[in-house]
Amino acid sequence: MLRNTSESPGVLFPRDLDWHPPAYSPGYKSSVARSPRLPLMSIQPTTADLTGPRFGHSELGPLDNDLLLNFCQPGGSPIGERIIVHGRVLDETGRGVAGVLVEMWQANAGGRYRHRNDTYLAPIDPNFGGCGRTITDDQGHYVFRTIRPGPYPWENGPNAWRPSHIHFSLFGHAFAQRLITQMYFEGDPLIPHCPIVATIPDKAAVERLIAPLDLNHSIPHDLLAYRFDIVLRGSRSTIFENRLEGN
Amino acid sequence: MAQKLDYLKETPSQTAGPYVHIGLVPRQAGFEIYDNNFGNVIPGKGERIRIRGRVIDGTGAPLNDVLVETWQADASGSFTNPEFRGWARAGSDFETGEWVIETVRPGAAPNRDGATLAPQILFWIVARGINIGLNTRMYFPEDAAANAADPVFRKVPPHRRETLLAQPGDRVDGVQEYRFDIHLQGARETVFFDV
Repeated sequence: MLRNTSESPGVLFPRDLDWHPPAYSPGYKSSVARSPRLPLMSIQPTTADLTGPRFGHSELGPLDNDLLLNFCQPGGSPIGERIIVHGRVLDETGRGVAGVLVEMWQANAGGRYRHRNDTYLAPIDPNFGGCGRTITDDQGHYVFRTIRPGPYPWENGPNAWRPSHIHFSLFGHAFAQRLITQMYFEGDPLIPHCPIVATIPDKAAVERLIAPLDLNHSIPHDLLAYRFDIVLRGSRSTIFENRLEGN
Repeated sequence: MAQKLDYLKETPSQTAGPYVHIGLVPRQAGFEIYDNNFGNVIPGKGERIRIRGRVIDGTGAPLNDVLVETWQADASGSFTNPEFRGWARAGSDFETGEWVIETVRPGAAPNRDGATLAPQILFWIVARGINIGLNTRMYFPEDAAANAADPVFRKVPPHRRETLLAQPGDRVDGVQEYRFDIHLQGARETVFFDV
């Protein structure tokens, strides 16, 4: 169903921009010409900012969260380490967030993206598309089946490599909660060398993007699991809120 | 020692990268995978409008790998109409950098503080080189009085307000077109918001 949010929105906690990567991060060369130079203008969020699109399960296909099958040729299977990536979407108060559209995309096991602009010499996998999507359940849980993506070279420097990573895109209940991030894998030796990881100033913040191996949710003789919890901005109730004008 | 506040911290943002299309608009990446694709056309009742624009970097070049999303009220000013989802996404053309959104003209909407929001469309912009999605909003130049009373627009320094105004274009097949170019840097740098 096409519908907007029906809940009365709370007011979001302010975003801690010192925790996020700064727009201008010269170690990541692409950010230099693509970062605003003037300060962001801080505003009180309006009803427009505190509402957002909602997505229904009926809009997704049954294999949309299964990258082992969603682009497979009959009888085929993607090359690579078979994994589960699962976790919860929470808000800053620790509540699970239900009904969140989670979209993800990644390279194949050789580090090649199925994208017209990717020319890396590693081959396309005919059985792997590289994207998935799902909607969180009542408790905020989500799960994907996929293969572990490979690292790949890029042009930020003479010998720059991206660690294995999966891109995640999330909607909360408010448009101002919109978030895109990347998940990394515990133990990947490329993480400390990555200029995109290094855009994040705080080591504790970087650790929040590194998914640990989760043997409890691994399936013997089939799949290893990684756990990746994601936190969206929280909100406070507005019951004691003075009207901003005329009170 | 006081009690400990046990809030979680928001997950840090990372750039959407150059291959954002795979995840969000896979047809543009060059393949078919989903039966139902989210796109750049918002169906619904009201006057149809089309918005074209580019996102331009500090060297004057349009971003040819940018993705924009928009969010708006319906024609009557409701953000919670169960028959209308005022959200769209569009990747820019890989050659020209132009993106297109087709939608209905949004109505003025009541704000939570009792004020009235001028008709407007919120934009969220991600791309390679953008570490955290950029928020801005587009207003219509025809609505000068409503814009002057809008709680956000009226707080923008007057000399920068023009960066938030759509430029009316032609009517094409009965649809009013607008141009909304977004400048990341320079003398015409668009106002971006910390919401």
